Amino acid sequence: MESLGSLILYFIVALSMIVFSVMAVTTRKILRAATYLLFTLFAAAVVYFMLDYEFLGAVQIAVYAGGIVVLFVFAILLTSRPGDNTERLTSKSRLLGAIAAVAMLVVAGYALVSRTMVAFAAKPAMEAPDMDAVGTALLGTGHGQYLLPFEAVSILLLACIIGGVVVARKR
Amino acid sequence: MEITAIYYLVPALIMFCCGVYGFITRKNMIAMLISLELMLNAVDINFVVFNRFFYPEQMEGMFFTLFAIAIAAAETALAIAIIINIFRAAKNIDVRSLNEMKF
Amino acid sequence: MDIIIPILILAIPLFMFIFLGLCGMKMSYKLAGTLGTLGMGTVLVLSYLTAFTYFFSGAPEFINAAGERLQYLVFDQTWLAFTEKLVIKLGFLLDPISAMMLVVITTISFMVHLYSMGYMRDHHGVYERGFQRFYAFLSLFTFSMLGLVVAPNIFQMYIFWELVGASSYLLIGFYYTKPSAVSASKKAFIVTRFADLGFLIGILTLSYYTGTFNFTELTSIPVEGMTNVFQVSGNTAEGVRSIFANSAAPVFMGGSVLTWALVLIFMGGMGKSAMMPLHIWLPDAMEGPTPVSALIHAATMVVAGVYLVARLFPLYLMEETSLVIITVVGALTALYAAMVACVQIDIKRVLAFSTISQIAFMMVSLGVARPEFHHGLGYMASMFHLFTHAMFKALLFLGAGALIHAVGSNDYTAMHGLRKHMPITHITFLIGCLAIAGIIPFAGFFSKDEILSSCNEYSWVAYLWMSLVAGMTAFYMFRLYYLIFWWKEHKVHEGHHAPHDQAWTMTLPLVLLAAISCVAGFIPFGNFVTWNGHAYDFMAHFNWSVATVSLVVALVGIGLATVMYRKENELPAKFRRALPTLWTWCYKRFYWDELYIFITHKIIFNCISRPLAWFDRHIIDGTMDAFATLTNKASEAIKPLQSGQIQMYVWYYLIGALAIGAIAVACLI
Repeated sequence: MESLGSLILYFIVALSMIVFSVMAVTTRKILRAATYLLFTLFAAAVVYFMLDYEFLGAVQIAVYAGGIVVLFVFAILLTSRPGDNTERLTSKSRLLGAIAAVAMLVVAGYALVSRTMVAFAAKPAMEAPDMDAVGTALLGTGHGQYLLPFEAVSILLLACIIGGVVVARKR
Repeated sequence: MEITAIYYLVPALIMFCCGVYGFITRKNMIAMLISLELMLNAVDINFVVFNRFFYPEQMEGMFFTLFAIAIAAAETALAIAIIINIFRAAKNIDVRSLNEMKF
Repeated sequence: MDIIIPILILAIPLFMFIFLGLCGMKMSYKLAGTLGTLGMGTVLVLSYLTAFTYFFSGAPEFINAAGERLQYLVFDQTWLAFTEKLVIKLGFLLDPISAMMLVVITTISFMVHLYSMGYMRDHHGVYERGFQRFYAFLSLFTFSMLGLVVAPNIFQMYIFWELVGASSYLLIGFYYTKPSAVSASKKAFIVTRFADLGFLIGILTLSYYTGTFNFTELTSIPVEGMTNVFQVSGNTAEGVRSIFANSAAPVFMGGSVLTWALVLIFMGGMGKSAMMPLHIWLPDAMEGPTPVSALIHAATMVVAGVYLVARLFPLYLMEETSLVIITVVGALTALYAAMVACVQIDIKRVLAFSTISQIAFMMVSLGVARPEFHHGLGYMASMFHLFTHAMFKALLFLGAGALIHAVGSNDYTAMHGLRKHMPITHITFLIGCLAIAGIIPFAGFFSKDEILSSCNEYSWVAYLWMSLVAGMTAFYMFRLYYLIFWWKEHKVHEGHHAPHDQAWTMTLPLVLLAAISCVAGFIPFGNFVTWNGHAYDFMAHFNWSVATVSLVVALVGIGLATVMYRKENELPAKFRRALPTLWTWCYKRFYWDELYIFITHKIIFNCISRPLAWFDRHIIDGTMDAFATLTNKASEAIKPLQSGQIQMYVWYYLIGALAIGAIAVACLI
C-alpha cells in the first residue's frame, strides 16, 4: 500500500506525461512543442525518481532537459521566426495519423493487458543503487559491468561532436 | 491502492503513440524530431519499469536507459546539424520538399 | 633396374615445359633454345641407356633363359583409386616396343630441337617471336609422347594420348596469327578428338568386361619367381576372349563384343594415325613450322595408332575380323595417299601424303601378321618400318624445311635445280628418297621387304596391292626429288642471294639422320622386337624373290620419275591432259575435304545446328529474356514506392511492424 502522497504524485506525473505529450504533437507552434517536450521529459525524470533510480533521473534532467531541449530551441530559433504557425494539418492526414497511433495502442495495449502477471506485478523492495554501485558497474569489466559500452559511447559522442561541427559548418 | 507495473506502462504507451502520431503527421522536421524523442523516452521508461519491477537486484535496464540517453543526445545533435544544413540549402525544413533522393 | 632414370626420362621434358613456359619470356632466345636442346639431349642419353640396358644387359628381368624378351614394370604407382576395382595407375612399362619407341622419339625430338635453333630464325639471324614458347611446346609434346609409349595400362595411355593431341594442337597452331594455321590446328584437334570418342568407348567396353586396364593383365602372364616381370602370352588373350564369350551378351550387331571393342580402339588409332576416312587433318597440319611436321607427322604422333594396335596385338589376334578391318583400312589408305601424293605441288603436302601411305603400310603389316607365320613376321616388320620410317621421314621433312627456309616457299615451282646450290641438303634428301623408295641397302628396303613378305604369305591380293603402292612411293618421291633438285636451272631473282645450305644446327641433324637411314636396315630387328619376345632372325629366312620383286618395282618407279621429271619436258603435261579426271580427283584429294564440308555444313549445320540455334535463341533465351522483362516491368511498377517522402517510408515500416507485432501477440497468447 502506497502512501497517499506518492499516489497523488503518481497521478500528477502520469497525467502531465499524457497531456503534455499529446500537446507536444498537436500544437501548431513549434517552440511550444519543444516546451511541452521539456515537461514530458521532466515527468519521465520524476518517474525515475519514484522508481528509486536517482542517478538516472538526474541524468535525464541534465542531458535531456538541459541539453537536448536547449539544442531544439536553438535549432527552432535558427530555422523559423518566433510566432510562426506551422500550416494547419489536413483532416485526412490527421485521421491517418490517429489511425496509426490507435492501431499501435491496440496492438501494444492488448499485449500488455493480456499478461496480467506482468501488468499487475507489485513493486518489490529494492535498495536504491548508490553512486558507488553505479560507478563500479560503469567502469568495471566483469559480469554486469559496462566499461566497453561506456567507451563505445564516448567514442560515439566524440564522433558526433566532430560530425556536428563538420555538417553544420558554413562552407 | 497498489501502484503496479501497468500504472507506469500505460502512460508510457500513450506517450509512444503520441510520438507515432506526431512523426507521421508533422511536416516540420524539428517537430518530427520532437516526436521521435517522445517515442525514445517512452521506451526508456519501459526499460526502467521492467528492471525495477522484475529484476530489482540487477541494473541492466537502468544502464540501457543511461546509454540510450547518451546516444539520443548524440543523435539529436547530429540530426539538428543536418537540419540546419538543409535549411541553409533549401530555405525551409518541410520534409515534403526533400524528395531529391527518390528513385 | 634403377627407378631414377625412367622417372627422369619423363620428368625432364615436363620440367622443361614448365620452366620454359613460365620463365622463357624472361630469358634470351638463344638461352631458351640451348636449354631446351640440352634437356632433350639428357633425355636422349638416358633413353639410350635404358634401351641399351634393356636389350643388351641380359638381366633375368629383361630376357629369360629361352631368349624371350620380357615385359618389366619399372614402377606402377596408384594415382586415382575410385573404387576397389576401378584403380587408375601411372607407371613405366619397359618391353621391346616401348624401349624401341623411347629411342625413336628421343632421337627425332632431339634432332628437331637442334634443328629448330636454326630453322626458327630468318636469314639475318633474328629469332621468331614466341621462340621460347615453341621450345616449351616441343618439350610438352615429347613428354606426352614418352608417357604414352611407356604406359603400362590403357588408361594412362589414353591420358597421354589426349595430351599428345592437345600439344600437337598447340604446335600446329604455333603461328596463331595465321588463319590457316588456326583452322588446321582446330581441324587436327577435332578430328582426332572425334576418333578418341571411339577409343574411349572401346577402352570402357574392354575394361568393363575384363575389370582391368593393365596391359600386363590383358596380354601377358607374370613370370614365376619374379615380381613386376611379365611375358606376353596368347593364353591370357584367350582368357580375355573367353570372358567376353561367356558374358551375358557376347554378340552385338553381328559382331562379338570383343571385336567391337577392338575396332573402336582401332578407331582412336585411325584418328591419330590418319587412316581413311579420318586422315583429313594431317595434310592441313603442315601449316605448323616444318620441324613440328618432322616431329609430329613423321615419327611420333602419327605412329601412336600403330603403337596402340601393336600394344594390344595379342587381343587383336583373338578376333580375325578386327585384323581384316585393319588390313582393309590400311590398304585403301595406302593406295589413296600414294595416288594423291603423285600430283601435289606443295612439297610438304607430298611428304604428308607419303606419311599417310607409309603409316598405312605399318597398319597393313599388323593386319596381316599371324603368329603361325615366322613368329608374327608382320608385327616385327611393322615395328621395323616404324623405326626406319621415323628416321628417313624426319630426314625428308627436315630437308624440306631447309629448302623452304632457303627459298621462302613451300612450292616446288620456286625450287627447281637446287642441287648445285645446296649440296648437303641434296645428298641427304636423296638418301631419304632412296630409303623410302626401298633401294638396297638403305633402311626402307629391309623393313618394306619384310612387310611385303608378310603380305605375300597372307594373300596374293594384299601382296600385289602393296607392291603397287611401293612402286608408286618410289615414283612420287623421285618426282619430288627431281622437281626440287633437277628439272631446270635455278633462277636467282634480282636482289636475292642464291639459296645455300643452312646453318650447322640445321645440317647436322640432316647428316646424322641420313647416316642412320643408311645403316638402320642392317639392325637385326627380329632379335629385339617380336610380338611375343621370341627372337627371330629374319635374314636367315630372307625371301629373295619378294626382295627382288620389290626392288624391281621400286626401280621402275624411279625410272619412270627420271624419264618424266629429270629434265624439263612435256611428258607430265601430256599425262595430265590424257587423264584429266583422274588428275583432278587426285589433285583435289578425292574431294574428301569437300565431302566433310558438305556433311558438316550442309547436313549437320542445317539440319541439326540451325534448329538447335533457333531453339536456343527463341525458347531458352526467350525464357530468360522474359524473366528480365518481367523484372524490369515490375521494378518500374513499384518504383513510385520510393517516393522520397520519409513519412511514406514510416508508414510502410509501421504497417510491417504492426503486422508482425499483431502476429506475435496472436501467436503467443
